[in-house]
Amino acid sequence: MPVKGWIEVNDLYCKGCELCITACPVDVIQLDYSRLTPKGYHPAMLKSDGCTGCGICAVICPDAAITVYREPKKAKVPTA
Amino acid sequence: MATLTTDPIQVYKRPVGLTEVHSHYCPGCTHGISHRLIAEVLDEMGLREKTIGVAPVGCSVFAYKYLNTDYVEAAHGRAPAMATGIKRVRPENIVYTYQGDGDLASIGMAEIMHAAGRGENITVIFINNAIYGMTGGQMAPTTLPGMKTTSSPKGRDVEMAGFPIKMSEILATMQGSSYIVRRSLHDPAYIRKSKKAIRKAFETQVRGMGFSLVELLSTCPTNWKVTPYEALQFVEDSMIPVFPLGDFKVHPEIAKLKV
Ligand SMILES: Cc1ncc(C[n+]2csc(CCOP(=O)(O)OP(=O)(O)O)c2C)c(N)n1
Ligand code: SF4
Ligand code: SF4
Ligand code: SF4
Repeated sequence: MPVKGWIEVNDLYCKGCELCITACPVDVIQLDYSRLTPKGYHPAMLKSDGCTGCGICAVICPDAAITVYREPKKAKVPTA
Repeated sequence: MATLTTDPIQVYKRPVGLTEVHSHYCPGCTHGISHRLIAEVLDEMGLREKTIGVAPVGCSVFAYKYLNTDYVEAAHGRAPAMATGIKRVRPENIVYTYQGDGDLASIGMAEIMHAAGRGENITVIFINNAIYGMTGGQMAPTTLPGMKTTSSPKGRDVEMAGFPIKMSEILATMQGSSYIVRRSLHDPAYIRKSKKAIRKAFETQVRGMGFSLVELLSTCPTNWKVTPYEALQFVEDSMIPVFPLGDFKVHPEIAKLKV
């Protein structure tokens, strides 16, 4: 099972430049055309499952708008 | 037994070394990436509280608003002179300049050459986007042969306007310089290498080893008149052949460092 992750994009910083979209190795980012940021950009958003939390989108984001999370590996729960 | 945790792991978040304000840079401009790398490096080295930045004239004229350290603003091209004064008066502080190619290689040519020649113990982050961004896309000393700008509308004619000036190669000939490298911001792997270079440049200063400079190939999608992604491709396809990436001078002590 690949690691499960997700991103949060901060509207204060995102300028809809699409660089994260071009860099994501699993192609799970798109612009949200239903919304505008306070500065008038369509912000980036996750479009589907499959994010691995690799952080590559955050490395290329020129506006440090992305926070990347990963689900912790599930520890084996002993069956009583 | 291992404790069970269900809290999500935060893999990456905006560094505290950046202020919490929206920047004025155009969408996709890699000035923002270099700002972020500087912030991350200063945070990781624990130097943020003792660092003084010197901002240039150019698009990054407001760097002092975005980088969460003390900052001063220099006259066009004069940042290395100002940094020299600050570092000599306050050697306990970390002092760096942030300069574009118009600022550093054109009007500021004298200041950068002499700062390197004197071996000033300062760090320079040099953003080479091959153009004057702020003033509307005029030809810079770093503009590529044949490249169209508002002041070379038919493309830079080397017969008339000469060839691009390769600052890292030149500054590496200075005896006082200890760390001179060129990196690029066009792709995540290269961005990671750029961050390591910025780290080594500040490590050079921390060790009192003299002048350090990291040249970063950067984009100007607005004045190149391309999309942010196409601008990254332009760096890879057209800029790197003219401005090859590499280490032009690395003091052996710094070469040994693992960062
Ligand atoms: C003394 C003086 N001369 C000229 C200018 C006009 N000017 C402002 S920014 C700039 C060049 C900026 O180019 P660069 O350093 O490459 O930075 P960029 O905007 O591309 O990041 C010039 C010539 C000025 N502000 N002051
Ligand atoms: S790279 Fe950053 S600023 Fe650009 S669209 Fe993605 S989140 Fe927004
Ligand atoms: S963390 Fe990795 S997989 Fe997830 S959106 Fe960003 S680049 Fe794509
Ligand atoms: S004009 Fe060019 S260098 Fe200046 S902020 Fe816009 S894209 Fe960046």
